[in-house]
Amino acid sequence: MKTGSTPTAEMSRSEHVARATLPPIALGLALVGLWYCISYLVLEESRRFLLRPIHQVIEVGFLDSDNRTEELLALWSSTKIALIGLAIAISIGFTLATLMSQAKTVEKAIFPYMVTLQAIPILAVVPLISFWFGTGALSRVVVCVMISLFPIIVNTLFGLHSAEQGAHDLFTLHHASRVTRLKKLMFPAALPAVFAGLRISAGLSVIGAIVGDFFFGKGDAGIGQLLRRHASRLQGEELLASVILSSLLGVVVFGFFGWVQKRAIGRWHDAISVEA
Amino acid sequence: MVTTNRVVTDGCLAFDKIGMIFPDGTEALRDISFTVDKGEFVTVVGPSGCGKSTLLKIASGLLEPTSGSVSVDRDHLGYVFQDATLLQWRTVRANVELFSELKDVPVAERKHAAQEAIDLVGLKGFEDHYPKSLSGGMKMRCSIARSLTLKPPVFLFDEPFGAVDEITREHLNSETQHLFLQEGFAGLFITHSISEAVFLSTKVLVMSARPGQIVAEFDVPFDYPREPNLRFDPAFAELSGKISVELRGSHS
Repeated sequence: MKTGSTPTAEMSRSEHVARATLPPIALGLALVGLWYCISYLVLEESRRFLLRPIHQVIEVGFLDSDNRTEELLALWSSTKIALIGLAIAISIGFTLATLMSQAKTVEKAIFPYMVTLQAIPILAVVPLISFWFGTGALSRVVVCVMISLFPIIVNTLFGLHSAEQGAHDLFTLHHASRVTRLKKLMFPAALPAVFAGLRISAGLSVIGAIVGDFFFGKGDAGIGQLLRRHASRLQGEELLASVILSSLLGVVVFGFFGWVQKRAIGRWHDAISVEA
Repeated sequence: MVTTNRVVTDGCLAFDKIGMIFPDGTEALRDISFTVDKGEFVTVVGPSGCGKSTLLKIASGLLEPTSGSVSVDRDHLGYVFQDATLLQWRTVRANVELFSELKDVPVAERKHAAQEAIDLVGLKGFEDHYPKSLSGGMKMRCSIARSLTLKPPVFLFDEPFGAVDEITREHLNSETQHLFLQEGFAGLFITHSISEAVFLSTKVLVMSARPGQIVAEFDVPFDYPREPNLRFDPAFAELSGKISVELRGSHS
């Protein structure tokens, strides 16, 4: 997937950067324009709290030091929950996928329950979770793990099965042990799929943290609690600021794993996914 | 009776009355007996799906025959597949080191053997490249180098050059011949190409369609080293013609 027409390296580089950055910037400006149109032209003065103009959102949500401190503390609280949840999901996911890859029976036994877990609407188990784990950070983490676990298991398992038969034959011919085969063949072969799963799950873990926070607000307030509070008080500026922050967190986490992926396997693997 | 014994008879490979019937009832091979001695390069030609590759899988121990026995030293068996089967996350050097690594050969010795094999197949300078940046021919060279680290007395080739272009294939044929002359292994080669078979081999065996049986045997009289232009020699064409006739007969 090389881009063609590269007469001189110097030209093509800046041209390449321009081609990559101009379209999203243009679209972004257009969206900001649309935002202002709606704020000032569509909405009357009395209903403008529904969509505050963007400069007010920035002024009130980010430039006001009290609000900013509150937003950042909430962001930090949600980030911690997301990271802890993701770490637990990764540990459980890797372990289960590895076990499943070792015996078809184990895979067949576990898989239906993973699908079921994935299909449970979080809302339906919110009462149960609060029964069992209370309404604090623990429950937030549980929600986060439930939401982000599935892609890790599915992708890791797919990756572990992705080594070609010929490569397996090589290890068979040389009497490689189960552990050697896992370590030198199946794990490395799985990495591209593992990273694909990680990037999806990283995004989901942020969603999980915010959703969990929305329902279980005991202790430090996270972004979910802020969203709830701002909405109930009709604080349009702060509400939008929180929404922007939570999306930013998702983008940062997604981008971070993209970066790790590039560092870890970029040398030998051509990524097909879109770069963040 | 299944007896796949592993008696080593001084660097040679012997098939004794090999028969192979797969669990689904397909009879792939019937009564295959021949030997490949040190200094011999035997090629099996045959129609697609006649069980040629199955024969190599049986020789290597990947498959157990339903009848008959094989005798070969499996610990030092060179074996290249149709695909190069390189590990994408390893450099050329690390790929070539794989077998020594699996055998727990000390690092220094491993490095030495790998470098020697890499030089031998002409991949010097590409040691730190990853497979994704290699051409099809180079991948195949790397795959051959990986087996060369075993110092194999017997070398199995399963249609290794089927996926490369004609010119590269001729180069690789010449290189394979050099390796054969220099290393002195007993070679067993599988191919569709009669010209490749005649160019490389001391002996060509023609195998019939299922069940695979050896239906004809041709000694190839040309002296080594063989030059690429041998392919245009009338005697070469005549022998190729004879093999072609047998091969066509075996298709029906």
